[in-house]
Amino acid sequence: MLLTIRSLTKTFPGTKALDDVDFDLEAGEVHALLGENGAGKSTLIKCLTGAFARDAGEIVLNGRQVSPRSTSEAQELGIGTVYQEVNLLPNLTVAQNLTFGREPTRFGLVDGRAQRRLAEEMLEGYGLDIDVTRDLSAYSVAVRQIIAIARAVALSGKVLILDEPTASLDAREVETLFDVVRGLRERGLGIVFVSHFLDQVFALTDRVTVLRNGRKVTTERTADLDRVRLIEHMLGHALEDEVVGHAKVHKSVTRPELLRFETFGRRGHIEPFDLTVGKGEVIGLAGLLGSGRTESAELMFGVERAQTGAARDADGPIDLGSPRAAIAAGFGFAPEERKEDGIIAELSIRENIVLALQARSGWARPIPRAEQLRLANDYIQRLDIRTSGPEKAIGDLSGGNQQKVVLARWLAMNPRFLILDEPTRGIDVGAHAEILRLIQQVTRDGMSILVISSELDELIAVSDRVIVVRDRRHVAELTGAEIDTDAIVRAIAAPGREEVA
Amino acid sequence: MTILRRVAPQLLTLLALVLLVTAFFPEFLRIEVVNGRLVGPVMDILKRGAPVGLLAVGMTLVIATRGIDLSVGAVIAIAGAVAAWAITRDLGLAAALALAFAAGLAAGLWNGVLVAIVGIQPIVATLILMTSGRGIAQLVTEGRILTFSHDGLAFLGSGAVLGIPVPAVLWVATAIAVTLLLRRTALGMLIEAVGVNRNAAALAGVNATVLIIAVYSASGLCAALAGVVATADIRGADSNNAGLWMELDAILAVVIGGNSLLGGRFSIAASLLGALIIQTIDTGILLAGFPSEYNLSIKAVIVLVILVLQSPNLMHHWYALRYFAMRRREAALDPRKEPGT
Repeated sequence: MLLTIRSLTKTFPGTKALDDVDFDLEAGEVHALLGENGAGKSTLIKCLTGAFARDAGEIVLNGRQVSPRSTSEAQELGIGTVYQEVNLLPNLTVAQNLTFGREPTRFGLVDGRAQRRLAEEMLEGYGLDIDVTRDLSAYSVAVRQIIAIARAVALSGKVLILDEPTASLDAREVETLFDVVRGLRERGLGIVFVSHFLDQVFALTDRVTVLRNGRKVTTERTADLDRVRLIEHMLGHALEDEVVGHAKVHKSVTRPELLRFETFGRRGHIEPFDLTVGKGEVIGLAGLLGSGRTESAELMFGVERAQTGAARDADGPIDLGSPRAAIAAGFGFAPEERKEDGIIAELSIRENIVLALQARSGWARPIPRAEQLRLANDYIQRLDIRTSGPEKAIGDLSGGNQQKVVLARWLAMNPRFLILDEPTRGIDVGAHAEILRLIQQVTRDGMSILVISSELDELIAVSDRVIVVRDRRHVAELTGAEIDTDAIVRAIAAPGREEVA
Repeated sequence: MTILRRVAPQLLTLLALVLLVTAFFPEFLRIEVVNGRLVGPVMDILKRGAPVGLLAVGMTLVIATRGIDLSVGAVIAIAGAVAAWAITRDLGLAAALALAFAAGLAAGLWNGVLVAIVGIQPIVATLILMTSGRGIAQLVTEGRILTFSHDGLAFLGSGAVLGIPVPAVLWVATAIAVTLLLRRTALGMLIEAVGVNRNAAALAGVNATVLIIAVYSASGLCAALAGVVATADIRGADSNNAGLWMELDAILAVVIGGNSLLGGRFSIAASLLGALIIQTIDTGILLAGFPSEYNLSIKAVIVLVILVLQSPNLMHHWYALRYFAMRRREAALDPRKEPGT
């Protein structure tokens, strides 16, 4: 056994993040670590990499007990980590990033040529054909991810922890990454793989360990597991039918028109598009990352001003010149980048929820504290936000719970048109199903929703209509029975010369 | 209760300083009534602390938005010059005050527009007025020290209300008024939201641009009031020296008050305690009878000690030490447990 963890326990004030957890990892194995948000995955990883000191238990690496006290110490011991947000320096070159901290020197100065050679050697066998002298920022997230892996492997070389490595990759990039991971498995590394994408777990891993509420639920061979049982392990209860095999009954109802965008566009963002939104309708926006999905949403919410066309409702044209104008027109927008554009990390859950409401009613009319608390507690309960109370800082919550708070902020506004950009990214299965259920519930009450998502299953499950975006252009529209994975994938993959369907 | 817990470190620091100064100078806490006025070192601190205290109010708001305002010292000079100029022109007290505040507001708007609309980094944007402001003040006073004798204006610097010096009354009243304005409305929360994450706040519909311009304007107005007080106190406008380096004391007051330079949560009360701490150090060093050439060095050492004691890292180490001590004690009581596992 390469790595053995026995009875690992870690307590934070008020919570037991890890309770008597066992975990082991063989050389030449990819071992998935699964669990809902807040189950203890991150804590386990941080104990392994020395970011946290454990309270009890032991970690045995290659038969020797270890207690790394910092990430660099863990690296020296042989445990390397690659995070979802790649922690390399985008303004340095690839070679500088790869050799950072151990630059080859000549006469006391960095030897550029040797550095390049070393970097190229490190990248050998990863199937990358890149120029190591260019800035890291010139390359896609997927390439950076692989560079980060190469660096971690070169520095550590025994255990590699991949924490949500695929969260911001598209399907092809995920395949490339998996090839790399499989190659490392052949070389005898032990790989811990943390992901919310169950497909990927089944495609890549040899064994699965499930954590729930800080305890280990089970460790099983992936081949012996099926999807339903795995999800049940994670949730701790039998699954309701929404999550597996969910498909919305696509009946074509005629809905009264709520909004209409006409030749709405902006150069360099999205080609002019026409879009009508029905009352209570869910529109899905499908496409690869960077295809113009988020750009469409930003234009509709006034983050970027449209250069052509206009938006109108039954009463005439509406001003979408800024987010404030869009909000005044009854729009809402939960952005993709939760940390940068969504949460106000230092403020409480209560303040984060009432923020948009308060901004709309103006600074001079404060929402009474009692009303704020009522709202916050109401949404904490309705959306099952896991927190010790409404005054906890949102930055201290797990990603899924942060997302729920941002959703609560907009639901409290009761907008007529709500745009959700990747509402379930980085969220566990339980919260995932809840958010989809919530979308259906609010549209029954008449809210119209635009959902952007990379997960086609999810789009198919909730959408009445799916718009496919490719190369900054709305290329296809699927309704009713046409909506299935196959049709969407074909529209995304169709050659570029085809005109709008 | 929560506010008390928030300002506890500053209160304790101030208390410790007062005890320290009293040890060197036993008369420190003595207050006498002379001609219907309260007189004594403490009253002196309250009065002399006024300019930095007033600046700290505005600076706290600017820093809460993740900004900084280096120009306030220069704005003191401008407002003082304008007030003195108006008084010497016999425009009357009301006009003099109105013009001084207008100058402060204009300076604040200028800074705010540069930061919020033009998008210049606050430290650079306010540096422009910091360096040019004294020049503007010199133009107003035509390069001279503009003196005046006007009892109304002088009252603001050296008068007393119910025995308490007017500057002290002014800064306490300003602080209370601004605190009420921010905490009884939603302004405080909106400012904090903009300071923590301007992007996210703007996407939630917060008018971040206007709020940022508003806090720099507030800072300009506070500086203008400080300028009027400083000028009234010496009955003259000295463009070269009025408010000199005072922006640094104001920033220091905010920092001693435990407010993060990275913006977000803020406490005006804590900043004011910071201002009082600084003034107590200044006055205390003089009273304790050290030769004046030691003043700056002693002040630096005391400030360093305060900031080190407040450092979150140090608190972390302290908790870790206490934790290990506790574990060792537990282990000593319970022989089955080994220490350090």
